[in-house]
Amino acid sequence: MRYIISAFLFVFALSANAQNIVFVTKGIDNPTKIAVVPFAWTGARLPEDIAKIVGNDLEFSGQFEATDPERMLAFPRAEAEVHYRDWKALGSEYLLIGSITQQAGRYYASYELFDVIQQKRVFAKLTVDGTEAQLRDMAHHISDKVYETITGVRGIFSTKLIYVEAFKKPQKYRLMLSDIDGFRPRMLLESRYPLLSPVWSPNGQRVAYVSFEAENKPAIYIQDIATGRRQQMTNFRGLNGAPAWSPDGQKLAMALSKDGNPEIYVMNVLTRQLTRVTNHFAIDHEPSWAADGASLFFTSDRGGKPQIYQVNLASMQQERVTFDGDYNARARVAPDGKSLVMLNKRPGTTHHIAAQDIKSGNLRILSETNLDESPTIAPNGAMLMYATRSGGKGVLAAVSLDARVKILQPPKQGDVREPAWSPFFN
Amino acid sequence: MITKAIKQGLTLAVVMSFLVGCSGSDTKPVENTTTGTAVTDTSASEATLSNVVYFDFDQYALTAESRAVLLAHADKLKGASVAVRLEGHADERGSREYNMALGEKRANAVRDFLVTQGVNGSSLEVVSFGEEQPAATGSDESSWSQNRRVEVKY
Repeated sequence: MRYIISAFLFVFALSANAQNIVFVTKGIDNPTKIAVVPFAWTGARLPEDIAKIVGNDLEFSGQFEATDPERMLAFPRAEAEVHYRDWKALGSEYLLIGSITQQAGRYYASYELFDVIQQKRVFAKLTVDGTEAQLRDMAHHISDKVYETITGVRGIFSTKLIYVEAFKKPQKYRLMLSDIDGFRPRMLLESRYPLLSPVWSPNGQRVAYVSFEAENKPAIYIQDIATGRRQQMTNFRGLNGAPAWSPDGQKLAMALSKDGNPEIYVMNVLTRQLTRVTNHFAIDHEPSWAADGASLFFTSDRGGKPQIYQVNLASMQQERVTFDGDYNARARVAPDGKSLVMLNKRPGTTHHIAAQDIKSGNLRILSETNLDESPTIAPNGAMLMYATRSGGKGVLAAVSLDARVKILQPPKQGDVREPAWSPFFN
Repeated sequence: MITKAIKQGLTLAVVMSFLVGCSGSDTKPVENTTTGTAVTDTSASEATLSNVVYFDFDQYALTAESRAVLLAHADKLKGASVAVRLEGHADERGSREYNMALGEKRANAVRDFLVTQGVNGSSLEVVSFGEEQPAATGSDESSWSQNRRVEVKY
């Protein structure tokens, strides 16, 4: 063999509490101002500051501005201690207070939300509990509850992120799992060979991706996130790329060039039976399922430049979907099925992330950075993340779908790329 | 591109002759051994044969320069039973997966050309690395033009 195979793979070898990616938030026009009072706690210093995590979560959404605790005039622990004028003076519209107690090794965080303008309690005291290792989970749970109560939209702070981190000299790739705020990164896989295209299964239990670990050639793998158990799904000659789970989780759409040219196929995950979907001498690639599972969007350069097409899986009828720009690729369908988010370039500009309303065809540019790629949409449809470059490094950025917020996350070590936002876990 | 290839080839030849010279002066002044002569001859005869061909942005059609380079490879490969790996690459712009396809289309274009020139297709293996393994790491046109390539690996 000319190519000596020495796969260099660890599963779950690394786990850390530190945040691997850091957020830089740009101000927005008119965020809701909320004061999150440090939670009352009488014991020794806790490893996590729940109020601070909640404030950061809400700011991350782009819809809130957390009041600086240094400016607070009081630290109420119960409704009786709340004086609305203190908070009105700071411009806070909402007030969240809470306290933490400990019993038999478990922590109990109770919290109450107040509307400062209307001077009334929004919800009665709620309690969430967990172990010391779950303090961040408890904080994210509180953030979800507050976010949903105020905006009417389900919060995404308990969802997770999978991304690829790449290192040079020596070349190495890591598949990473973290909280959506970048904290608690955990390595799912490490390889000396390229790793790319991670996608979550719809139930949030598995991840599909492409790895070059076998003979330095691409193959599609599925990995169980909890156990680390992996199965190789494809081993075809040529391209094995861009896996995409069907909404029911039973099929994987993918691009294979086993018949000589990149074409779209659908594989039954259980039986591994393959159905060929496209048959064209151009590149057909990057399938993405419509929300109803009845059709696929994909990238094709059959018109000379890459554009998004849609194929109906019953009739196999195909039509072009994008017309704005000379480059549209790697579409992702929003959870409500009404819009596509993709990589777009107009003549004379660089690549940006754009959203297109499927019905009207109207396209909006969402990102202003350079070399943008790999958009992934939050399961509540309110935000998306994408990969871009900053300071010579691959970084992740986040943007709300109304394009008001931009958040950059510079990595500490390698190049961070290809974010995949998890579904809701329950 | 062909001037680039010639330059690289010449540099290689210069370095090789320098190395040969050094080793000669380092050790005992042995006369031109047969191995020493063979090394110099090989580098001279392959000086103009680049193992890399380049492509235009978002394109997988072979340029005239690429065809000239590949003709020389075809001459070398015709009738030979040597296995060759054609590694396709793309620059960093655009979609990572789409660039995988672009790299493969480029490598396929090289394979198809070599086959039409009489090279046995079964000795040619195609693999694409997309934008994963750039030859130059900058984010500018000069780096990008070096990264849109197919490497012919013997």
